Amino acid sequence: MKTIANLLHEHPFFHGLPESDLQFLASCAENCVYHEGEHLAKEDTPANHFFLIRSGRVAVETFVPNRGALCLLTLHGGDIFGWSWLFPPYISAFDARALEEVRSIRLGGACLREKCETEPRLGFELMKRFARIATERLQSARIQLLDIYGSTPPEPGTTP
Amino acid sequence: MANLGQIDSANMDSYEHLLQAADLDDLIQAILEHGYEVYGPTLVDKAITYGKILSSADLPQGWTDEQEGGHYRVKRRTDNAYFGYVVGPHSWKKYLQLPHRPIWKSSRQEQEVQIIEIKEDVPKLAFLGVRSCELHAIAIQDRVLIESDYPNSNYRDRRSGLFTVAVNCTTAAPTCFCTAMQTGPAVTLTSDLTMTEVLEGKRHFFLIESGTELGAQILAQLPLKPSTVEEKQQAQKGIESAETQMRQGPRHFDSSDLKELLYRNFESPSWDKVAERCLSCANCTMACPTCFCSTVEDTTDLSGENAERWERWDSCFTSDFSHITGGSVRADTRSRYRQWMTHKLATWHDQFDSSGCVGCGRCITWCPVGIDLTEEVRTIRNLEQP
Amino acid sequence: MIPEVYKVIHRQEEYPGTFTLHLESPASPPMVYGPGQFNMLYAFGTGESAISFSGLEVEEGLLVHTIRAQGTVTRALERLKKGDSLGVRGPFGRGWPLQGIEGKELLLIAGGLGLAPLRPVVYRAWQGKLKASRARLFYGARRPTELLYGDEIPHWITKLDVVMSVDHGDNAWPGHIGVITDPLQASDIDGANTVAFLCGPEIMMRFCIQVLLRKGVPESAIYLSMERNMKCAIGLCGHCQWGPNFICKDGPVFCYQDIRAWFQIHGL
Repeated sequence: MKTIANLLHEHPFFHGLPESDLQFLASCAENCVYHEGEHLAKEDTPANHFFLIRSGRVAVETFVPNRGALCLLTLHGGDIFGWSWLFPPYISAFDARALEEVRSIRLGGACLREKCETEPRLGFELMKRFARIATERLQSARIQLLDIYGSTPPEPGTTP
Repeated sequence: MANLGQIDSANMDSYEHLLQAADLDDLIQAILEHGYEVYGPTLVDKAITYGKILSSADLPQGWTDEQEGGHYRVKRRTDNAYFGYVVGPHSWKKYLQLPHRPIWKSSRQEQEVQIIEIKEDVPKLAFLGVRSCELHAIAIQDRVLIESDYPNSNYRDRRSGLFTVAVNCTTAAPTCFCTAMQTGPAVTLTSDLTMTEVLEGKRHFFLIESGTELGAQILAQLPLKPSTVEEKQQAQKGIESAETQMRQGPRHFDSSDLKELLYRNFESPSWDKVAERCLSCANCTMACPTCFCSTVEDTTDLSGENAERWERWDSCFTSDFSHITGGSVRADTRSRYRQWMTHKLATWHDQFDSSGCVGCGRCITWCPVGIDLTEEVRTIRNLEQP
Repeated sequence: MIPEVYKVIHRQEEYPGTFTLHLESPASPPMVYGPGQFNMLYAFGTGESAISFSGLEVEEGLLVHTIRAQGTVTRALERLKKGDSLGVRGPFGRGWPLQGIEGKELLLIAGGLGLAPLRPVVYRAWQGKLKASRARLFYGARRPTELLYGDEIPHWITKLDVVMSVDHGDNAWPGHIGVITDPLQASDIDGANTVAFLCGPEIMMRFCIQVLLRKGVPESAIYLSMERNMKCAIGLCGHCQWGPNFICKDGPVFCYQDIRAWFQIHGL
């Protein structure tokens, strides 16, 4: 049977991190399966966890009264979800819902924060990894806003 | 007319024949008798433009032109020279790449469509008074419109029967810069006939030579006499004075590195500066003897059963020119002027193995705001200095 | 060059405003063309539009063209019914380089209508004719209702890895929601052994090329299809000029290595 540290090691987010760091973080982590339709996070509720998605699809969405859930992006095996646990007030900005069975590892936000405070070197390493993914997500969101496949490009001045 | 091969005719030694100016009409009549339509310089609308020539009386004898950036006037000369001016607003391309021509006609009945090519019965063309820069311009258009996988067949047909009488330039306008582009003032490409006009005291004659068999046949019909060494020297002196005039003028420059210069300077601030003045009026492209861009127009009659397609000259200065779904790729004057000049002087080399500019100066004279290509080159070069 | 008259023998609506025409010439022998080349389609009295080949040349001499109605000419083509006639000039341009894929991983990256010029390559990959060690299609579109060839894609996935991503989708959509660069970034790509063909909006191609370069795909193995205004299609009219290239005859498919200098110059 694989240990939590093994599972962390397998996820791209932790690629290249020393074994000692993974062991150190393992105590924050638990293996966790979500069934189709279950929420990993709900908008405007405490953001207690950071998720490593091992397999399955997760929709990041927001609810629109006259349309229902509006999906902003889907996340897949190898992706991560959630950084609201990093900053006060630790509240989720969007819903995250399993679109099929999702196998994940979730790490406690408070636990991670504490580890990072006591081990700033590791904290900075993780922060760089978050920042890179956040930047990629921002770039993707910008491209999405461009509506590049539309029959007319966006009007000048409306690009993000 | 033969392919435009390079010749060394800056040397007058080969000009063995002398034609008295009074006998110039004999030359025109001889060409007409060979079944050609003769076109040459005529004075129309206060400009020396190309038109039909039936006799030497149609030529603008005793006239010259005064040219500067955005400025053109014709005025009287103090002598009776036939070719005592340089190039005007027209170029020969209007007879070879027609400004407006039908391509096909089409008809529709119910679900059936027919498309029929419109083929012109091409006339035999003769150009009288072709300058060296213009022969180069024709050679450049040949490379674009004939030496292609899919030639422009109308151009090719008009071009293949062309007879040219070239004239060595013995005077230059301030706008001329053929010395910079190595296209003149002496004729350096094969022409059926080439002449140099000489006015010396009371004498007025042409030294003339043939470059093709047909040219020689026509020469044989003329009242010629052998030229003397002194007459050849007089002709040579005229060409040299035009050359000196240009080399000492403000528009002569070293063009050997133009391609590299412009390839380095797609983002030069000079493009913004010139865009403040350029009206995007397309005059330069219409006057340019090598600009070849065209577009097509499709029309139907009122019944909706008959359609036609016409081709007409187009210009990279129009907003439609680069239109793709959603808008123009070259939306502003900066990008259009840059496209025109960079194509002419730089990318043309990669596409057609030569510059697209022959230094005729038309774009300078006929620019309503006097934008000067040679000055723009200088500005780009100066702005590049650290 | 005068168009040949072809007849519409089949018309299929892909989604509103986008349709596929199957054309047949009553008179001419079947046209020989390569994937990535294009035809000029003439709508009677209205004009011509440059449209890529979207079918297989072996389909009994048929021409297959997928068209989005967005200008005067394409809207006139949209009104054509079965049995109607239109003019066709072609084939023109340089297409996808199908030699040199053998043994390589082939990445086809399409955005929106950009799948149309890649469909003949998809067919060949599906048939195994390209002898690629692996063939994958990344297809980005606006929404699930604006996908091309929706009824064929389930067949493609039997022999091809197909990754689809839409900007906007609902719960019924089984693929990615987001942008196509994300699944491309997340995929395992053997950079040195990959050949990539891209066709789609220029912005999309720019971003995808950045991902490919990060993955170690050499510039010389990236090919893209460019779009500019085309009138004559034979390099005579000047409209599609792009740096020292005429898109119509030097392209529309270019090797990224050859054109990268021009790719970043705005308003060229």
